[in-house]
Amino acid sequence: MASISRAAAIVGAAESDELGYLENRKSDLQLSTEAAYNALEDAGLRKSDVDAIFAGGNTLGLAEHMGIHPRFTDSTQVGGSSFVIHAGHALAAIAAGYCEVALVVHGNNGHSRRFFGGGAAEGGGPSSPGGQFETPYGFIGAPINYAMACARYMHEYGEERSREGMSEVAVSTRKWAALNPRALIHDPKAEIPLTMSFDDYHASRWICWPFHLLDCCLVTDAGGAYIVTTPERARDLKKPPLWILGAGEGHDHGMISQMPSLTSLIARETGPAAFKMAGVTHDDFDLAMIYDSFTYTVMLTLESLGFCGRGEAADFLRGQRTAPGGDFPMNTSGGGLSYTHPGAYGIFLVIEAARQLWSEAGARQVADCGLALVHGTGGSLSSGGTVVLARD
Amino acid sequence: MTQQRPPTKPLPSPTPETEYYWARCKEHELWVRSCNDCPVTYFYPRDICPECFSRNTEWIKCSGKGTLHTFGIVVRPPHRGWAEDVPFVVAMVDLEEGCRMPTNLVDVDADPADPSKTLRIGMAVELAWDDRTDEISLPVFRPA
Repeated sequence: MASISRAAAIVGAAESDELGYLENRKSDLQLSTEAAYNALEDAGLRKSDVDAIFAGGNTLGLAEHMGIHPRFTDSTQVGGSSFVIHAGHALAAIAAGYCEVALVVHGNNGHSRRFFGGGAAEGGGPSSPGGQFETPYGFIGAPINYAMACARYMHEYGEERSREGMSEVAVSTRKWAALNPRALIHDPKAEIPLTMSFDDYHASRWICWPFHLLDCCLVTDAGGAYIVTTPERARDLKKPPLWILGAGEGHDHGMISQMPSLTSLIARETGPAAFKMAGVTHDDFDLAMIYDSFTYTVMLTLESLGFCGRGEAADFLRGQRTAPGGDFPMNTSGGGLSYTHPGAYGIFLVIEAARQLWSEAGARQVADCGLALVHGTGGSLSSGGTVVLARD
Repeated sequence: MTQQRPPTKPLPSPTPETEYYWARCKEHELWVRSCNDCPVTYFYPRDICPECFSRNTEWIKCSGKGTLHTFGIVVRPPHRGWAEDVPFVVAMVDLEEGCRMPTNLVDVDADPADPSKTLRIGMAVELAWDDRTDEISLPVFRPA
């Protein structure tokens, strides 16, 4: 079977009108629709051009809200990685002729909705496996679930070197955020120092050991969207097409206590699949956008994708090489840690990769950015989606 | 005026696949599922083996011995039911029978500034019980 690499391109990408800790609470639908409007404008397309919608769950409600009657619909919801995985799904659907203009969209008022007492646990209701066997013990929310995986990593590879790697991610990502005017780090309510030091990291309060506050992503209000279309249509639009060269996806558990190994991600399979389809290797990338729900997530992703061996992330990250000016630019938006993260962040990985490839990233622009890696992780380290994007 | 009740922690709601598990827990016994067609003993309870998909599975009673696979020390309460209970320890325990279960570690001095004082991954732990209601007892663990 012929490869579908390059059978579709991203031609527009945008956020909602405002994002962060919003004064006036906007609904998920409003944030999504704003982002869709802005992404279509970015592409030079009209709403009536859209014939497919990809979203994490509520495609019925979203398409209704926007007045879209799709002939292809995909509600894949496997956590925050979903909106990376949608890029591969849109590629496949377009290659197969099911649709021509795909809207991938996500909006979530995670900050406004947040209330003390916790939302729905990952496992679902009280009769679900999570509700019976994890939630009653207080396995509620990502920080707790991911912290237990990180503690195991520390046991296997050493607490001190693990902490060193985590602090490198924590500090380098905040340096990028300081260069992004839309990053929440510029809001004093973010509780992140604008020039954050390693001491700030180590001194930040505990959320769930081994995670400090500054190991954890934000919970903001934000929407994001991008448009995928056929090569023929892509060539006639406002912006240079960003080709989807490769995509891989998978998941190997749902609940954290069912994770086969707490120190290995499904990225070990999705990465090689996407790289092979794209015909690229680790050394080819100019930019890495790695889902940073927590500092630990980044370390584990780099290892599972094969950028370094297991237990070697601290060595790989040493010396702020992922920060501005470093030789491995990573999470240049400021990431889920300090730019935005409304509860599911994957779409913003794609948006930033697109902006870098279009040379629209302003003060944080990576020089000669031609090939970008995007990897999303979702659920309780459960799902993964890898996408390789390139400009001509 | 209704009297304000203290906030409660979430409780499990058993299903046909798990009724036996929770009924034994009520008697302070821990039982897990084991497959007769492949070498797997698994958690959480499911009728059909998640490894080989055999229906030939059975309940086995656990010794209550295990080792600590990992843990976290929760400082910010994740739910109002734990508002007065932080810090507390979430954990996964590898049972002697060969499966891993989510749980709490109790009777430990959980200090995020110095976890190794009382908590060490790989340490031996033993079964204890957290009687949440007359009907629901949660299997928890403490240092052996």
